[in-house]
Amino acid sequence: MAGGEARGGQHQPIGLLAAIWDSCKTALLALGLCIPIVLLRTDQDFSNQLILEPRVGLTLTLVGIAFAARLVWLLAANWTARRPTPVTRVPILAGMSVSPEAARRFAIGGLIFLFAYPMLSLALVGPAGSIKWIDNFGIQILIYVMLGWGLNIVVGLAGLLDLGYVAFYAVGAYSYALLASNDVVKDFMAEMIGPWFWPAWGFWLCLPVAGILAAFWGIILGFPVLRLRGDYLAIVTLAFGEIIRLVLINWVDVTGGYAGISGIPRPSFFGLPFNASDEGFAATVGIEFSPLHRTIFLFYLILVLALITNAVTIRLRRLPVGRAWEALREDEIACRSLGINTTNTKLTAFAIGAGFGGFAGAFFAARQNFISPESFTFLESAVILAIVVLGGMGSQIGVAIAAIAMIGGTELLRELDWLKRIFGADFDPTQYRMLLFGLAMVIIMIWRPRGLIANRKPTLFLTTRRAISGDLVKEGHG
Amino acid sequence: MSNTLLRVSGVKSFYGSIMALKGVDIEIAEGEIVSLIGANGAGKSTLMMTICGNPRAREGTISFAGQDITKLETHDIARLRIAQSPEGRRIFPRMTVLENLQMGAEIDRARHFDEDLKRVTELFPRLRERLAQRGGTLSGGEQQMLAIARALMSRPRLLMLDEPSLGLAPIIVRQIFDAIRELNRREGMTIFLVEQNAYHALKLAHRGYVMVNGLITMQGTGPELLERPDIRAAYLEGGRH
Repeated sequence: MAGGEARGGQHQPIGLLAAIWDSCKTALLALGLCIPIVLLRTDQDFSNQLILEPRVGLTLTLVGIAFAARLVWLLAANWTARRPTPVTRVPILAGMSVSPEAARRFAIGGLIFLFAYPMLSLALVGPAGSIKWIDNFGIQILIYVMLGWGLNIVVGLAGLLDLGYVAFYAVGAYSYALLASNDVVKDFMAEMIGPWFWPAWGFWLCLPVAGILAAFWGIILGFPVLRLRGDYLAIVTLAFGEIIRLVLINWVDVTGGYAGISGIPRPSFFGLPFNASDEGFAATVGIEFSPLHRTIFLFYLILVLALITNAVTIRLRRLPVGRAWEALREDEIACRSLGINTTNTKLTAFAIGAGFGGFAGAFFAARQNFISPESFTFLESAVILAIVVLGGMGSQIGVAIAAIAMIGGTELLRELDWLKRIFGADFDPTQYRMLLFGLAMVIIMIWRPRGLIANRKPTLFLTTRRAISGDLVKEGHG
Repeated sequence: MSNTLLRVSGVKSFYGSIMALKGVDIEIAEGEIVSLIGANGAGKSTLMMTICGNPRAREGTISFAGQDITKLETHDIARLRIAQSPEGRRIFPRMTVLENLQMGAEIDRARHFDEDLKRVTELFPRLRERLAQRGGTLSGGEQQMLAIARALMSRPRLLMLDEPSLGLAPIIVRQIFDAIRELNRREGMTIFLVEQNAYHALKLAHRGYVMVNGLITMQGTGPELLERPDIRAAYLEGGRH
């Protein structure tokens, strides 16, 4: 629109009259737009004739809103510009100017909150209300945090754009579902160790197997795409994700096709099942049975799994393989000329990233009790990738924040039932999920083109501050 | 200086079906600075990349310290301690200078990291104050210094530099060439220099090769080549660059 864009310090103060004049122009523009779209409404009368129904009131309201909004916008910009704002904005590339000490405190505080979260929600909203908060918010978000951290290894650290990450999630989920509910395995274990063993410890055995199988599939995907980069790699990984999903749909004998697999065994508390029986968790510990116990246990389980992912990633970044991932992201040719085997580097990134996706998948299957190919569509890959990109590629805390915002935001939309009172009973806020997703992404990408936390933490520091005398650093020396 | 370190004989290499090197022979002896000069597109960088195995030589052999390296992978060649400061520097822009140097020391498994860090920051004192800075924020000259320093971190037996003077101010070029000479004089480092800046390259070198259209057309000692009228006409027109 005409007039001054108010941005930062380059703003020229605008007079009241000029502002009103500018707003009038805005209102006029809005009126012009409203005439065909809002004012002229066509309808049918009793004899099925088309009639015009002018909506003058609504049109004027909208024009008025446009006028007021523009005026407020201009004057508000005036007001913020008049204040002497110090120009100490850190350039976006440098990211948020958080001191390491503050970041550490934030991480510790976050951890304490996460471990206290189930108890807090129990205390605040009671057992009935807290299932929703622990399960829909807590567990759901943590699954995506873990998936985001897993994909972060491939995309954020190694710089390999993977659009089919959900395939590994699916491999993990189906591996667990098929193994844990397989009668042959169950009978074999019953014969070898005892009938009690598999129901009690099946989950704990299948979890690593699911991760290893997913890692294996990561390597299988890795081999053909070794020579690809950027867009081409993205297309092949996208196709890989679809292939896995189509196989799951069409291999009905094994996967059950669209119907999926149901009755997947639940995890036990290290051998104690979560039921009302005498051998159950509640009876053993000596508390009253409640289905909430399992939910809380699942929450802590995924929390620990996600933290393991995080710890492994942080550790790996400091090892040669992690350094090689990051160098690979920066410049593949330079990597090779420095003696780094890029083949192995890429394959380990794919395998480890996929492995964590597999763990998350196994957990997902155990928590849902039921899986079908519908849970592993391309949209899931896109959401996980969006989490990594929005969070700031390579930043662990950024990915966690992005997952909370994206998944928590989606869940929050379910809570907005009161909007129905305004927009009518047909209004379903969750229908607008994708719209809001898109909007949020556009805004974040404009505001922070490199993601929420864009600064990369170096993995190597000089331990002692070395004093540099002036005569050493003068021009021309060396 | 009679110990041949690198021998390239009859090497032909291709980009697709285009022959970029049409049978090149060069030799580099231990402790020597050898310069390769030539016009744009003569195949200088291709020769350097071919020595590194990317692209591979389709004909001919390349041997390093008596070992045939023609068919080795690029990273395996680098592990024989042939270090390279590639065309366009190719430092890691989002990693700090210190991390860039650490990547260079990967071949050496960072066994002599502190010692080598001291050594390269003495050679390029500018880098010392930039250690915590991200590579991408350095100036062009500093990036070139970093590229050379990173290559040195692997304790190479042969250091190959592709156009270290590209796009740099004359004073920085002089600093870099001084550093190269210093390296050779003090440590006896064998250096293979690919340059367009013929004057500086030949002045620095013990021996030089001239490449035209994928073939070596002339060779001789640095001063010898500098004196030749045809070279002066083709590469040094207008005197010093």
